[in-house]
Amino acid sequence: MSIAITTQIICFTILSLVILIGALGVVLLESIVYSAFLLGGVFLSVAGLYLLLNASFVAAAQVLVYVGAVNVLIIFAIMLVNKKEDLKPINDIKSRRIISTSICLTLLSLLIRVDLTNVWSLSNPQNSIGEESTIRIGEHLFSDYLLPFEVASVLLLMAMIGAIVLARRDVMSKDISTGLPVDQELIEKSSEPLLTNKN
Amino acid sequence: MTLETIPIQAFLIVSSGLFCIGIWGLLNSRNAVRVLMSIELMLNAVNINLMAFSSYVDNNLIQGQVFTIFVITVAAAEAAVGLAILLSLYRNRVTVDMESFNLLKW
Repeated sequence: MSIAITTQIICFTILSLVILIGALGVVLLESIVYSAFLLGGVFLSVAGLYLLLNASFVAAAQVLVYVGAVNVLIIFAIMLVNKKEDLKPINDIKSRRIISTSICLTLLSLLIRVDLTNVWSLSNPQNSIGEESTIRIGEHLFSDYLLPFEVASVLLLMAMIGAIVLARRDVMSKDISTGLPVDQELIEKSSEPLLTNKN
Repeated sequence: MTLETIPIQAFLIVSSGLFCIGIWGLLNSRNAVRVLMSIELMLNAVNINLMAFSSYVDNNLIQGQVFTIFVITVAAAEAAVGLAILLSLYRNRVTVDMESFNLLKW
């Protein structure tokens, strides 16, 4: 590793702080648009952590897929559904907050205790392949992980078709079986809620 | 290249914190988009864990990095389908409030 020790520690501290504070901003900020952009910052910092771990290929994949695709998708979804609405107040919001926060803090303390007390069987740093990780990932993907690799491509195809089917609006000019023109009134529904609220 | 300077526990603690923030957001968000964002945070926490173990415990075979690639793939598919479901929900209910999606509520 060519980076000096102090630089590594400084980089790690800054990246961790950006990740944790950015994540808190994502879940706590009022405006959903700020949350989306902070989420992009968190993804970039996670890619920085991967670079610190000598995994340049995964860092590049993280930037391309998460920042370039998932985050842009989320921002598009926000633009499509962004409507100012007054949320109905919930009666027991306070007790819900208390219960969920205590659950999360308990889980966090449990995880940190495991992290700190467990003795990890670290491998010899001399065996490390360092910068060669991209080559090794390629070897894995085309030998022992070939089947998962192919299944992943099928999964992506399924997700693509599924997303198109779920998100598109059914507008047909004529009925498939009879060939008669379709009553467009039935398709272009008025934007009333189809289901009435329960309570 | 060794990472003797930064202990593995530091990476694990960052990922634990990120995971718990994700769970908190998942439980407390009322906007459906924010729920999807919290799920992405949790997936990233898992990825940090996998990458840390791959560098420190399995630094010759780095199978953890291959797993991370697959997790990123599945996360991209999940985001696409999740946002499509969200759009179709919005079309039917004209809201993104999680409290109003209570059709399956007991």
